[in-house]
Amino acid sequence: MSLEEKVKEIIVEQLGVNAEQVKPEASFIEDLGADSLDTVELVMAFEEEFRAEIPDEDAEKLTTVGAVIEYLKSKGFDKQLEENKSSNG
Amino acid sequence: MNAPPPAGSTLRPVRIAGTGAYAPAHVLTNRDLEKIVTTTDQWIVERTGMRERRIAAENEAASDLGAEAARRALADAGMAATDVQLLLAATITPDYPFPNTGCIIQSKIGARHAFCMGLEAACSGFVYAVETARHFIATGTVENALVVGTEKMSSILDWTDRTTCVLFGDGAGAAVLRPAKRGRGVVASALGSDGSLSDLLLIPAGGSRRPTSEATVAAREHYLRMNGREVFKHAVTHMVRSARTALHRAGVVISDVRWIIPHQANMRIIRAVAERLGVPLERFVINVERYGNTSGASVAIALDEAARDGRIRDGDLVLMLVFGGGFTWGAMLLEWEKGS
Repeated sequence: MSLEEKVKEIIVEQLGVNAEQVKPEASFIEDLGADSLDTVELVMAFEEEFRAEIPDEDAEKLTTVGAVIEYLKSKGFDKQLEENKSSNG
Repeated sequence: MNAPPPAGSTLRPVRIAGTGAYAPAHVLTNRDLEKIVTTTDQWIVERTGMRERRIAAENEAASDLGAEAARRALADAGMAATDVQLLLAATITPDYPFPNTGCIIQSKIGARHAFCMGLEAACSGFVYAVETARHFIATGTVENALVVGTEKMSSILDWTDRTTCVLFGDGAGAAVLRPAKRGRGVVASALGSDGSLSDLLLIPAGGSRRPTSEATVAAREHYLRMNGREVFKHAVTHMVRSARTALHRAGVVISDVRWIIPHQANMRIIRAVAERLGVPLERFVINVERYGNTSGASVAIALDEAARDGRIRDGDLVLMLVFGGGFTWGAMLLEWEKGS
């Protein structure tokens, strides 16, 4: 599963939205119906899934699906996902 | 983090022999709050699960609430106030900067043979106080202790700040501690703190760092301030972690626990903790919808409710989970043995 797919899966599960709604430009609060605490829980879910620490000053900028994907890529989590895949055979 | 007791420990097991709670009569609903700050009932319910909270009268201080809860706990334990040997009051809203609120409660209930202390661990206060008091009994220093968690949160709320004033309420809870007879009493605990995050939840002024002045009053620095996002995250993480540590120390698994009593900070925090622990909400004692966050009193009030209405029975394993300013957090697992 690619990083994009993984992120989408987490968003669908956390916010209870349809996968089709989870487009890169979709805003969690304006388009996907999240409130401020949902966005905190989303960040926690990303942290748990990717074993990452996302500082609050970064988290506040992650307002859209695309922003999360870009952020996780910039931190190298797409490569980490690839490595896990290959090591799992 | 506290280490497990050494093998062959001679410490006496300690149980909770009686509980009591007191909530002031005045109910402040979400609808009432709509008239005070810009908010709505729906906004508050969706983000917190709270529908109403109690607010103490002007002439009621933390010691008045705590004294009533203490009287009820003593009655429940069948113990006279004059028999109390240690009185420990946890609060962040003491009657005075000093003397400690334990002493004020002592004089109100007539516990004249007790030595009295205050303890401040914010919303973790009650569990920290039980943990402290139980060691005086475990070591044989005293035969009993009266632990009180009491808060007049309304006295430290900024009623112009809609992000905090809707979240808290006033109330008190108390417990009488005695040596266990048959059961294990407090089976395990796991407390922790992180003072590097103290600025995320605090009252900035009024202490020795920023003594009260016209400037601190004008800047509204005597009211509680909170970074809600950070508190939410750390609360969930540490309540879950300390729960797992306490269970590990006790050598039990979460499915052995009959009731989980979490700090009643926010329904969303409780739900996030439940999901991570893999426990259905039906096994949580929850009253946040009626009391809001009563800080150091919250777990004590919930414990008393569940003990009195028969949910908690002798032999049940009960897990208390707390998190608060400091940051402080903790878990305490106890085997219920009300007995007589």
